[in-house]
Amino acid sequence: MAKKESTLLQLVVTLTLIALLAGVALAAVYTVTKTPIEMAQQQKKTAAINQVLPGFQGELKDCECTVEGDKDPVTVHLAYQDGQCCGAAVETYTNKAFSGRFDIMVGLDAEGKVLGTAVLKHSETPGLGAKITDTESHFIQQFVGMNPAEKELKVKKDGGEVDAITAATISSRAFCDAVNRAVAAFNQVKEENHE
Amino acid sequence: MEYILMIIGAVLVNNIILAQFLGICPFLGVSSKVDTALGMGAAVLFVMTLATLVTSCIQAYILVPLNITFLQTICFILVIAALVQMVEIILKKISPSLYQALGIFLPLITTNCAVLGVAILVTQKDFSILQSTVYAISSALGFILAIVIFAGLREQLELVNVPKGMKGVPIALITAGILAMAFMGFANLV
Amino acid sequence: MSKLNILTKGFFKENPVLVLVLGTCPTLAVTTSVKNALGMGLATTFVLLMSNTIISLLKNVIPDKVRIPSFIVIIATFVSMIDLLIQGYAPSLASSLGIFIPLIVVNCIVLGRAEAFASKNTVGDSILDGLGMGIGFTIALTIIGSVREILGSGSFFDHKFIQGDGILIFVLAPGAFLVFGFTVALVRYLQSKKKLKTEN
Repeated sequence: MAKKESTLLQLVVTLTLIALLAGVALAAVYTVTKTPIEMAQQQKKTAAINQVLPGFQGELKDCECTVEGDKDPVTVHLAYQDGQCCGAAVETYTNKAFSGRFDIMVGLDAEGKVLGTAVLKHSETPGLGAKITDTESHFIQQFVGMNPAEKELKVKKDGGEVDAITAATISSRAFCDAVNRAVAAFNQVKEENHE
Repeated sequence: MEYILMIIGAVLVNNIILAQFLGICPFLGVSSKVDTALGMGAAVLFVMTLATLVTSCIQAYILVPLNITFLQTICFILVIAALVQMVEIILKKISPSLYQALGIFLPLITTNCAVLGVAILVTQKDFSILQSTVYAISSALGFILAIVIFAGLREQLELVNVPKGMKGVPIALITAGILAMAFMGFANLV
Repeated sequence: MSKLNILTKGFFKENPVLVLVLGTCPTLAVTTSVKNALGMGLATTFVLLMSNTIISLLKNVIPDKVRIPSFIVIIATFVSMIDLLIQGYAPSLASSLGIFIPLIVVNCIVLGRAEAFASKNTVGDSILDGLGMGIGFTIALTIIGSVREILGSGSFFDHKFIQGDGILIFVLAPGAFLVFGFTVALVRYLQSKKKLKTEN
């Protein structure tokens, strides 16, 4: 069956039709999956908050805050128990990572001491920088109890106290940067709330 | 300074082929001779820069304002395919000699995932249009560097007695592995 | 060619990754663990199956001149669909596969099968071909992913069976090339042995 030579009009019409159908089909799938995607993201956030604020049952109050010298804002979820601010879960980020940017959640108590951390989104190298996701590793555990407001977190190579992940100094440095940003944002929000 | 770091990062540290695994097909397919590797590299540099410029404009001025970013993949691939065709036609008219040199590589570029990969990567990294273009150029330079070194190695491999089962693709892949190891040495540069 | 043959030829004899060496980018990039490899394989199988079906249905309607752009649009549609579905229903997979889901569009296997098979054969055969090729792709990715995860992280499906780190190089970029290279060599060796046997 030999195909007939097509006219330009036919070409344009078929292509347009296919593109149109594709657009419609995609829009349909998009509408269907929109809620699950949002829910999945929300769930991830809630799970991260529960992880970094263990045992917390009270109310969360969300505020956005941009730390001085930054471009993007940080979301601070202030944790209130019995009307008292008892800490916060801060959605923070760093742009200094090995592959661009990663987002982490940092739990803080009322004084700004670190309670826990959880990685939300990253694209670090598997096997090296990606170890930031291993919650039981020494690297993640060592942050618990540190207070970056008293002493800025730095890896040992830069004269600080944090043991870097072997062969992933850049990711470790970036992690410290993100935690420092979280505490700076928390203190800024706290001040604003007091005024 | 920011741009210098970005260029070093994209060319050496996060080399698009050896660390990010984008554009492996041409890397294996068109790397038996240094000349052809250079030609392919030049074509990629040209198309990748142009494509990233156009797609990041589309992303910033059409997809995001209209809130239809779910059409990103389909839009970008069409833009790249159309762009490659256009470049081919224009080159044929304006500079037949350049067309002769790059011509055979151009159609191959549509299915080069490095081009689409970089276009999507820059939107995920939230780069500005200028940053995106610089990133595209440096990624393409990284592509050229890797493919030319690799082609040089493969030319030498031709002369070596390789076990039968290892001939061709397997030994090429293992060579690429060793090359990737060498590039890992750049990791602490940035 | 029998129906069964169309389905099974992609598993081993014409395995798209290990024999034809197509679709190398995802093969190298997402095989750091078995879970990722399997996820990528299944996503690609879905796209292959759907695009092969639709293209084979439309093969007489699409004019020859706009064949390739039409195929690309159809493939890109299914890729975007699976991208949205994974984001919605398997968010952890979405974050570990990342950019390589949209990049299924430029996976040469998909366009290759559309052009070489679906545009010339009946719908039924095209479905079998897409399914077979997809399964072949998944098998190849899973093999490479298993080797890399077992050697590189000392675990299988995220279940760790050794203390501490594995041989890190296998999870890193060079390991991808090395494991892939040796797997292709092994497959070639097996095939040449089989050929020898049938010749004698």
